[in-house]
Amino acid sequence: MSAQGFGASVRRKEDRRFLLGKGQYTDDITLPHQSYAVFVRSPHAHANLGAIDAAKAKAVPGVLAVLTGADVAAAGLGGIPCGWAVKSKDGSSMVEPPHPALAQGAVRHVGDPVAMVIADSKTAARAAAALVDVDYQVQPVAASITAATAADAPLVWPDAKGNVCFDWHLGDPASTDAAFAKAKHVVEIELTNSRVAPNAMEPRAAIGHYDAANDHTTLYTTSQNPHLIRLLMGAFTLKVPEHKLRVVAPDVGGGFGSKIYHYAEELLVAWASRVVGRPVKWTSDRMEAFVSDAHGRDHISKAQLALDANGKFLGLRVATLANIGAYLSTFAPAIPTYLYATLLSGPYDFPAIYAEVKAIFTHTVAVDAYRGAGRPEATYLLERLVDKAARQLGIDRIELRRKNLIRTDQFPYQTQVALAYDIGNYQATLDMALASIDHAGYDKRKQATEAKGKLRGFGISTYIEACGIAPSALVGALGARAGLYEAATVRVHPTGSVSVFTGTHSHGQGHETTFAQIISEKLGVPVENVEVVHGDTDRIPFGMGTYGSRSAAVGGSAIVKAIDKIVEKGKKIAAHLLEASAADVEFVDGKYRVVGTDRAKAFGEVAFAAYVPHNYPIETVEPGLEENAFYDPKNFTFPGGTHLVEVEVDPETGVVEIAEVAIADDVGVVINPMIVDGQAHGGLAQGIGQALLEEAVYDADGQLVNGSYLNYVMPRAADLPFFKVGNHVTACTHNPLGIKGVGETGAIGVPPAVINAVIDALAPLGVTDISMPATPEKVWRAIQAAKKGA
Amino acid sequence: MKDFQFHRPSSVAEAVALLKARPDAKLLSGGQSLIPVLKLDLAEPSDLISLAGIGELRDIRVDGDRIVIGALVTHDAVHRSPEVQQHIPALATLAGTIGDAQVRNRGTLGGSVAHADPAADYPAALLALGATIATDRRKIAADDFFTGLFETALERDEVVVAVHFPIPKRAAYAKFSHRASKYALVGVMVVDTGHNVRVAVTGAGPKVFRHANIEGILERDFAVDALAAASTPPDELNGDLEASAEYRAHLITVMARRAVQACL
Repeated sequence: MSAQGFGASVRRKEDRRFLLGKGQYTDDITLPHQSYAVFVRSPHAHANLGAIDAAKAKAVPGVLAVLTGADVAAAGLGGIPCGWAVKSKDGSSMVEPPHPALAQGAVRHVGDPVAMVIADSKTAARAAAALVDVDYQVQPVAASITAATAADAPLVWPDAKGNVCFDWHLGDPASTDAAFAKAKHVVEIELTNSRVAPNAMEPRAAIGHYDAANDHTTLYTTSQNPHLIRLLMGAFTLKVPEHKLRVVAPDVGGGFGSKIYHYAEELLVAWASRVVGRPVKWTSDRMEAFVSDAHGRDHISKAQLALDANGKFLGLRVATLANIGAYLSTFAPAIPTYLYATLLSGPYDFPAIYAEVKAIFTHTVAVDAYRGAGRPEATYLLERLVDKAARQLGIDRIELRRKNLIRTDQFPYQTQVALAYDIGNYQATLDMALASIDHAGYDKRKQATEAKGKLRGFGISTYIEACGIAPSALVGALGARAGLYEAATVRVHPTGSVSVFTGTHSHGQGHETTFAQIISEKLGVPVENVEVVHGDTDRIPFGMGTYGSRSAAVGGSAIVKAIDKIVEKGKKIAAHLLEASAADVEFVDGKYRVVGTDRAKAFGEVAFAAYVPHNYPIETVEPGLEENAFYDPKNFTFPGGTHLVEVEVDPETGVVEIAEVAIADDVGVVINPMIVDGQAHGGLAQGIGQALLEEAVYDADGQLVNGSYLNYVMPRAADLPFFKVGNHVTACTHNPLGIKGVGETGAIGVPPAVINAVIDALAPLGVTDISMPATPEKVWRAIQAAKKGA
Repeated sequence: MKDFQFHRPSSVAEAVALLKARPDAKLLSGGQSLIPVLKLDLAEPSDLISLAGIGELRDIRVDGDRIVIGALVTHDAVHRSPEVQQHIPALATLAGTIGDAQVRNRGTLGGSVAHADPAADYPAALLALGATIATDRRKIAADDFFTGLFETALERDEVVVAVHFPIPKRAAYAKFSHRASKYALVGVMVVDTGHNVRVAVTGAGPKVFRHANIEGILERDFAVDALAAASTPPDELNGDLEASAEYRAHLITVMARRAVQACL
């Protein structure tokens, strides 16, 4: 409809303030009389807490208060709640341990907050925090899945026998056993999905401000979903009514899942502001972020694939142990279950699947959603297994996939693990990616690599994900303790400019641009005349925020519903102005027109009439032009595609370089191609980061041994090639925009393509397995071991 | 970061006097290691004595068969110096691999040498080139200078003024960087002085060291293939999450080969 509508790479409106350094992040906000909080955190992974002596800390000039778990208990603050309940196979509820905001009685991971020091200055607070004397009685530690599931492992929680939080399953064991019984081939794999730390560019921060005169609390916090935080604080932790609590998530510098959750620190600054009578600010430093932000992934899995004589998949069995950390973070139980096992059919036609998942408590910081959240784990397992099957059966890897991809005539496709895919074209994205990477020219590139003394490998991953979360009734039945609809208000101003109030939150995604483009597409209003407002519970309707690639598919659909109401109301106003019947008025190209005539009113004229209703159908139409809508999705959306990678391996050093990345995604209808490509780029960087570089490593004592940028390897531009990114669109069938979502595709699809490429490069030497991250030493050792074995 | 007194002397003598008077003072010379240490409260000096005001320490000059580089010359200035590029191109190249652009714009030769980080690049160059460290009071051979982990032969109140680098016949530096910190996991400087071969290794051990085994091999036959016989006992090498001692030992040979290749 307009040059700035769908398909236009409109430059990001929000970038002006970011490029000028004028973004307003939480740490940029300074309130009058603000004080500063610093947390005393446990240096031990497991210890009983004896006395906490704060006398020396309180004597530091400028210190206002030192608060501990005893103060939290005395104040009646609620524990940090979990937002998703999972039941075990036997019907029993998951073990849901208490999670006090400051440790009470014991600490259970390095970084567990023990005391909060509040002072006039951050310097004084830091100095005082170093003087808080805590009596830690160190206890035995289980810091990994392996340690926590060993016989006689130390228990993180006495109620969780064997450290099992829940023992859950999905699929049909009987039909799966039957499928394996008739299989010609069975291929097995054991693998880990490595643990990563999220590392948003902006560390978490929060400012609590209690206004005693009005008995009102304002919290500024680095959140992906301010209304969810207000809901949890109002109902469970701070325990104040919602109308007395405002949560503002201003500019937020990345989240990747880690800023979804309700964290203790944001509750504590809000409460502490009441205690000290001043605003209280806390800003995490990077090393603190490593031990207090929820981590991602961390699975150990065994899987078996059953195939017939022709290579057709007959069945899949998966048994996964998922590290869930010491405490249950907000959505932690959902990640290795409903966002993981439900994806194990991938893009393939599987007659039978059975998956078992045990969530394991360990003495580590919580594990929750991280970009992709369950879906990367499912994709990694499946795509490594399919590659292994191809090698074992001597079938070309691409052909084996082609044989088993769901055909376009099979949609809608009901999987054996609950999901029903509405639409896709996996053959088209496979072909597109192969053409993009010039797979036909691979042998020539391989020869050139070998002429340099290196090895070249080709890796493939055909993947699917589920996003656009989610139908509220469905997730409610699966244990969610919240709805997952989205909300929007579209306010047309008297002169025809528009403000959009969305319940989603933009922390890098570019909603201020793409949501303005929805308005431009539907109402013909230029994006410059549209302001998108998000992140402030006093301004926006109650919405569920941004994660799971849901904002355009769900939040955008809510905006469309509100726009539809605006258009309909405008028809009645225009009909009055045009002296026609509303049934004869159509809205086209930003104008209301009597069908078949040139009699028309511009959208702005109608808006003006709505606010200056002198000549107006006042008996039947209210003045004003503003509409609210809530949209509850009918199904998940199912983006998918093919990710291809070529690597070069230096056999002397084990260094892996990514030579080529070509992807073809189907993310549904694209609003802004530049932003969609950018989302793919960012996801690929994080996916390649996990495959080659990043890993959060705890030692046996529960110390995070690489909790700083001196040794935690973040991906950098120089580690990555130029990406070839393509889209083949099949429009989502059940939302009004046809959008599926793009935020996580890169992080989901690419890790197995990278590892499959590394294994392919090393296969001639006899290497059959490499775990993530494929570090130089790991690759070098695999080569040495293969040489010895040969 | 704790409070400290800040000084900006205008001469070396003044800096030495300040150091003598303040036993808990530290010299600031670029600050690319010291400032992060202060920010993490890992050191709490009473005084910081900045050398930035001492102009005479910023010269690079050719003096007969050697290049003399002032202690305050930044890594970037060494990297871009026409004199260094002409006479010891390996040194210019090495300086261009230190840290990142911001570090190279602020960090200095004297600061790096006096700090003696076991994974810093310059110590390998000094040791392999047989450089001499000139201080306010004496000259110290590189072989005698680096005494341990962050330890040197400098007295507490001694100030590095310049480093004298003999111009070699040929030299090259090959580095395998830590993927996160970009420090040398293993850095090998190979120098053919014209009279003998000197090989220094940084990053792999508790301090920079000369590699007698590789020097011996290259003295006999300065060729890549000769290094097939090279070996490094891993016992005294560093091992950590990024690289075990065995892997570092292997990388020493690989980097030595690449350095020799670059010399030829």
